[in-house]
Amino acid sequence: MTAPLIELNGVTRRYDGGPPALDDLSLTVATGEAVAVLGPSGSGKSTLLNLVAGLDRPTAGTVTVGGSRIDTLGEAASAKYRRATIGLVFQFFNLLDDLTVLDNVVLPAQLAGAARRETTRRAAELLRTLGIDRHAGAYPGRLSGGERQRVAVARALMNRPALLLADEPTGALDTASGADVRRLLTDLHADGQTMLLVTHDRTLATECATRTIEVVDGRIAADTALAPLR
Amino acid sequence: MSALSRVVRSGVSRRWVQTVVIMLATAAAVTAGVLGIGLLVASNAPFDHAFAAQRGAHLTVLTDPAKATAAQLAASAEADGVAEASGPFAVAQVMVLPPPPPGLSEPPVGAHGPVLTVAARTGPGTGVDQVTLVEGRWPGKPGEALLAAGGDFRVDVGDTLTMGDGTNAQDVTVVGLARSVSDTADAWMTPGGLAAVPSMSSGYQMLYRLDDAGTASRVGDARDAVTAALPDGAVTSARSWLVVKKEANDQTSLFVPFLLTFGALSLLLSVLIVGTVVAGAVGSTTRRIGILKALGFTPSQVVRAYVAQALLPASAGAVLGVVVGNLVAVPLLADTEDLYGTVALTIAPWVDAAVLVGALAVVTITASAAAGRAGRLSAVDALAVGRTPTADRGRYAARVAARLPLPRPMTLGLARPFSAPARAAAMVLAIAFGAAAVTLAAGLATSLNRIQVAADHSAADVVVDGFGDDGPPGAQHTARPGTEPEPADPVAVAAALDAESGTAHWLGYAETDAVVPGLTGGSSLVEYTEDPGWVGYELVAGRWFTRPGEAVVPTEVLRSTDREIGDSLTLTHDGTQVTLRIVGEVFDPGNNDGLVLTQADASTTLTTWLVSVADGNDPGEYADALQQALDPLDLTAHPQGTDGADELVVIIDALAGLLTLMLVTVAGLGVLNAVVLDVRDRVHDIGIHKALGMTPRQTLTTVLSSVVLIGLVGGLVGVPAGVLLHGILMPAMGDGAGVELPQVVLSVFGPWELAVFALGGLVLATAGALLPAGWAARTRTATALRTE
Repeated sequence: MTAPLIELNGVTRRYDGGPPALDDLSLTVATGEAVAVLGPSGSGKSTLLNLVAGLDRPTAGTVTVGGSRIDTLGEAASAKYRRATIGLVFQFFNLLDDLTVLDNVVLPAQLAGAARRETTRRAAELLRTLGIDRHAGAYPGRLSGGERQRVAVARALMNRPALLLADEPTGALDTASGADVRRLLTDLHADGQTMLLVTHDRTLATECATRTIEVVDGRIAADTALAPLR
Repeated sequence: MSALSRVVRSGVSRRWVQTVVIMLATAAAVTAGVLGIGLLVASNAPFDHAFAAQRGAHLTVLTDPAKATAAQLAASAEADGVAEASGPFAVAQVMVLPPPPPGLSEPPVGAHGPVLTVAARTGPGTGVDQVTLVEGRWPGKPGEALLAAGGDFRVDVGDTLTMGDGTNAQDVTVVGLARSVSDTADAWMTPGGLAAVPSMSSGYQMLYRLDDAGTASRVGDARDAVTAALPDGAVTSARSWLVVKKEANDQTSLFVPFLLTFGALSLLLSVLIVGTVVAGAVGSTTRRIGILKALGFTPSQVVRAYVAQALLPASAGAVLGVVVGNLVAVPLLADTEDLYGTVALTIAPWVDAAVLVGALAVVTITASAAAGRAGRLSAVDALAVGRTPTADRGRYAARVAARLPLPRPMTLGLARPFSAPARAAAMVLAIAFGAAAVTLAAGLATSLNRIQVAADHSAADVVVDGFGDDGPPGAQHTARPGTEPEPADPVAVAAALDAESGTAHWLGYAETDAVVPGLTGGSSLVEYTEDPGWVGYELVAGRWFTRPGEAVVPTEVLRSTDREIGDSLTLTHDGTQVTLRIVGEVFDPGNNDGLVLTQADASTTLTTWLVSVADGNDPGEYADALQQALDPLDLTAHPQGTDGADELVVIIDALAGLLTLMLVTVAGLGVLNAVVLDVRDRVHDIGIHKALGMTPRQTLTTVLSSVVLIGLVGGLVGVPAGVLLHGILMPAMGDGAGVELPQVVLSVFGPWELAVFALGGLVLATAGALLPAGWAARTRTATALRTE
């Protein structure tokens, strides 16, 4: 059996003493899996993603990624963990508007201290692979939604992360752009990328994931294996 | 509660950091404004105001007690032109003896010291010349004295003075310090106390206020009337208030440019900081304004909401600033009183009111303008502007910065000011003000210290003489009655000095009385064995004498005798006329006596030798060692006495330091506010950076780097401005004092010092940014990402 990349054990997250956003949730994701987390708004999907990304800490339970506990990391260690292990894709892209596409893509590698020449070569290769190399010198504000999300994916892949986390990656896109991003994610998984996708988009889940998890009121309501991707 | 009130209340409480910064910045700016205007007001005719407050004496008359009785003196109040009189008060000329040298129980025969005019008074009085107690209390019994504050003779409360002559002396305790703007006495004692002190001469003092004292002739008429009202020969001297006023104004005019400059700087910086803080605070909420407009707020409601939102913390800050300003003004104006020789300077209520209203007006105007601009945008535009305020600006800078061979967190920060140029310009201005103030204050301190060294010409380490001399040539001293010492053999002294290891170099001099046509008062001829430049004298023009017959004189002597360098000056000295050619102009401030410096010749009877000891030698140990060789010559070697820094220099240093600290604090708050706004604007971007792996330390680096260029540019703008201000201010102060300042006083900035001051702008910017940079670094990634 493939070693688990993500392990959540009895994870609870409460905000300001309110009802738990996640309630004693346990989950394991193996290397190479593409897991889609589904659920209604407020069900705890984004909280789950934030905990795996090291952006937030659980109130109780443990979060282990790649064999290391990340729920105990400080801010600096969390940042280094994200650099080394995680690629993040957001619903609203979260590109930096005052940086060019190329400068956006190379940023994670530069923050990790990589030399500019090396990072530029890798970024150019990613932009070419994702079909947006002609926009390398453009600013994100001039791109379409789908192109911006491709830039975000390129940036997420810059440091060759073991795990790609995507929060509603098609949520802000029109139909054509959404289909475009779905194809991109499918291709990435086909190349062996482990992914955890948080989405309302059932089409995305069925097209890109090998497994879906339904979260309701902070608990896993369903955990379904899907047919292997084409 | 109305919708408007709710918006204001939530705006104030939700953005509490902004609220606190507005309050603090306004408080600091109002403090600076109160002090600035307070100083400007205090600098307006300080003598006249203080003279009126004390009901100063227009005419001070001294009389011979043998020729006029107390009743006759009191009756002189009825003389023509006299409106009011106080007195008669007993007065005496009393000598203060120096402390005995080590090993002796009393001052040696021939010892001399300053002579004080002591008046017998038991309180400030209610008529003419209401002396103001500055510290301590009035004397209550014999053996106690109240000394004039800020006079040439400096003492502290609790000091003991030995008053008297060779045969009689009495210890007197200083129980207080007071100030008479009319300068009627150097000290005050009880009538019994004054009678018990041996004095050089005594008499009675009458103080008059006149119906018309506007001109010298009107005061002269009144003096003649008083003289006529008294028995013949009763009046021994009379002094007009116009003479006192001129002396006071001569000194005051030295400091007016200094205080006016700092006052104006404080005021300008206050307006700048309050304006930028409020405009920035309102401008940063454009998106919220868009939401309010989308909900149905009219532009005028938006303006009212945001003016109120700015006015609430600004009002609290303004009130706090007025309180703090008045508290800080107490020591500041006390120092100013000392500078101006005035009394009871306070912050007038109208100054508090004017600054309060002015600050709130600036807040209202800037908040109205900023909110009005946002209010006129359509709701959609306001929402869009609020979300991406600066995306189009600074892109070129960001692109260039990205290619710099520096860590990426640093280059991200370096490009930041170009995204918000108006805010960056305001920060540059604030830092430039701070850097200019620091440069100016440091330059002033250096200049004043150099003036002091030049004025005291006390750079020698050891003095050799027959008295235990404690002062430089030109100082006013009276010899203690007794036997004058025999002149020492100059050859033997030179041999002793040359033989002593540790002697670096030395010179000898003789100071004798001289009469210089055109100069009133006493003049001195000082003959040196070589040019005394190393003693601390500074030349303003020309050169030092190189042979007998050449002279160097102060500016005042040139002016009074209508001479120039190259002219001849004939003076009477030891009963003979001597003609000297003037070859140089020396800087000698604060010495009203005519001083003529020349080269000694073989006939000169040297009385004093000044020695500079070689590096590594202690002057005290050197003097002890030299004393053994001097004992047979009946001379004394002692380290040069230093009275410490001149009181006025200390005061100016303290004032400049305090005002600079305040300006730097206000400027720092301006930077703090701007960086808070910037971090708030960029918090979402900071969240993205963190999500991509930026560590807290890297975040700190980014935010601090965002003020590096601002700090450097602010320093590079502010330092030359400070140098320029110094270059304007020092000559203005010199003009006020009627002296030509030497180059060494004017050119005080070295390249290294200027570089350090310029880097001070960077330090100030970094200090101001540290707090918000810390907040940015500590902000949790998820929180930052959720914030828009």
